[in-house]
Amino acid sequence: MDHTSTLEKVLRGVLITLVLVFFLFPIAWIFLMSLQTNETILRIPPSVVFTPIIDNYTALITGQLRTAAGSLQLNFMQNMFNSVLLSVCSVALSLLLGVPAAYAFARFKFRLGEDIAFTLLSFRFAPALLVLLPLSLYFKSMGLTNTYIGLIWVYQLICLPLILWIVRGYFEDISPDIEHAYRIAGNSWWKTFTRISIPLAKPGIAAAGLLAFIFAWNNFIFALILASADKQPVTVGALAFVTASGIQYGQIAAAIIISITPTLALALYAQRYLVEGLSMGAVKG
Amino acid sequence: MSQLAIKSLSKSYKAFKVFEGLDLTADAGEIVVIFGGSGTGKTILLRLIAGVEEPTSGVIEIGGHDVADIAPEHRGVGMAFQNFALFPHMSAAENIATPLRAAGAAEDMVQSGVARVAKLLKIDHVLNHAPRELSNGQKQRTALARALAASPQILLLDDPLRNVDAKLRFEMRLELPRLLRQSGATVLYVTQDYKEAMALADRIAVLANGRFVQTAPPEDIYMRPATLGVARLFGDPSINTADTVIASDADGAHVMIGGRRLPIAPAHAARAGRAIILGVRPEAVELTEGDGLEAEVVAVTPLNERVVLLLQTPGGWEFLASFPATARVPEAGARVRTRFSEAGTHLFDRDTGERLDG
Repeated sequence: MDHTSTLEKVLRGVLITLVLVFFLFPIAWIFLMSLQTNETILRIPPSVVFTPIIDNYTALITGQLRTAAGSLQLNFMQNMFNSVLLSVCSVALSLLLGVPAAYAFARFKFRLGEDIAFTLLSFRFAPALLVLLPLSLYFKSMGLTNTYIGLIWVYQLICLPLILWIVRGYFEDISPDIEHAYRIAGNSWWKTFTRISIPLAKPGIAAAGLLAFIFAWNNFIFALILASADKQPVTVGALAFVTASGIQYGQIAAAIIISITPTLALALYAQRYLVEGLSMGAVKG
Repeated sequence: MSQLAIKSLSKSYKAFKVFEGLDLTADAGEIVVIFGGSGTGKTILLRLIAGVEEPTSGVIEIGGHDVADIAPEHRGVGMAFQNFALFPHMSAAENIATPLRAAGAAEDMVQSGVARVAKLLKIDHVLNHAPRELSNGQKQRTALARALAASPQILLLDDPLRNVDAKLRFEMRLELPRLLRQSGATVLYVTQDYKEAMALADRIAVLANGRFVQTAPPEDIYMRPATLGVARLFGDPSINTADTVIASDADGAHVMIGGRRLPIAPAHAARAGRAIILGVRPEAVELTEGDGLEAEVVAVTPLNERVVLLLQTPGGWEFLASFPATARVPEAGARVRTRFSEAGTHLFDRDTGERLDG
């Protein structure tokens, strides 16, 4: 491809740089903030020259937050653990339930099928606050308030519809003839599902799983209302940095850096599945 | 005992009837071509036999046993799909190995089995390729190899040459009969190309309007088509037709065509007055020096190994005549006299389209 002129190359470079700056600058800025004290962050005039410190990170990891008003207990690492546990378990449960359901919706026409699928999707229409009041009452009477199981259950409202609808589309794109061919070759339907349908829908399952993970990870309101401090994820835990003696910008920045690391790593890892082509040339056209 | 038997098989989707009351048998090793236009349910018939869809009513017997309750993986059939349906995440070799592995063959048996069919179908050099790296012809051969690999008793081929180019189709048309005979399988072959059907079939079953209109050896289908529809489907150029009426007088049964009297078999005399359609194969038109139907040559068109003449009678009836390309034919504008050979002339009832035998 030697058709691109120098001008095009330069323009392309400039545009890519602009996009990268737009998206990466906040992350870089936060990263720089995380290495400074509140004083250097807030000094006037601001400056990019500072002596980096790692106090913010040590404070988060040890759980000791020293402020002007004295020492404060932090359970950020507990929040972090909660986030990982809640997100991983929610997505795992959603995949376990959602992938077979997506297959059923894609392959079989059954009574009320479309209605059920749409109802599941509609869970995402309602604002979370709308369902929270009845949910918190139910949770109280069922003893699910402030339990991991209760939270994972509620997180299905976020993950399940996403996985169901994305994966369903991928299953629909697989020619039924490919599955038929595998069955006629002498394999049971279960083997066909696990050896043909799931591997072929893998890019879709990876994409849906990743999205669901990010949505679950970023959720704030469910855990805020339905759980107390020891079960809350980082999104809620970050509130602790708003202290009596002011907002701890340095620690917030460090907390953000730590808390985006898992999703960032996961996204980078799953990227190759996301870009992997769908139709791999098995069926004509 | 027939290897495969279909008894009053019907399939409908809600109110839409695909076909009704199909009967067909195939003996061991026989090649039966299911022929019909698109949308006649040929593919659905194969799916029912393979077991990936269920019939609305009727019985399918394989080796004398009703297979209604037998899952597709246990029916012992091989099937090649029109769209190939290769497994995209497996190499060509793994695709072909699938039925052997499912049957639980040992690894060396799998390898030798794959090598055998791959060599037979001349794809041994692309076995390590993924399906997306194969040409359409290679995909089609891989799909065929996969269907053949486990030596199934019944082979279902769903228009396997549909999606390959004309040159390859021609090659495969020559190669397939030998391949299929070698496999020893009972073959049901679906196509909508009449030449393919004629080249491959022991018997052709013509599917139209939801039923088998005629099931017969290729020569019979061509020489004695059961309906005008069948006559039109087989033959290129298509059969000439003319609306006329059977008449009978002292000189015998005849029809009037282009203002001239055309004698027909005496037995038709009993049907005098019946409205019919006369069908004349373009190959059955002969030029004659003597008495015959007058016509003017409107156009001369070469068509493959034949040359086709468009003729018009003074009465305005246009018909085609086809001659070997080597034959001397008159030029456009010439006036000729023609007659029709008996073997290529057929009478059909105008209302039902049924063949009327003399």
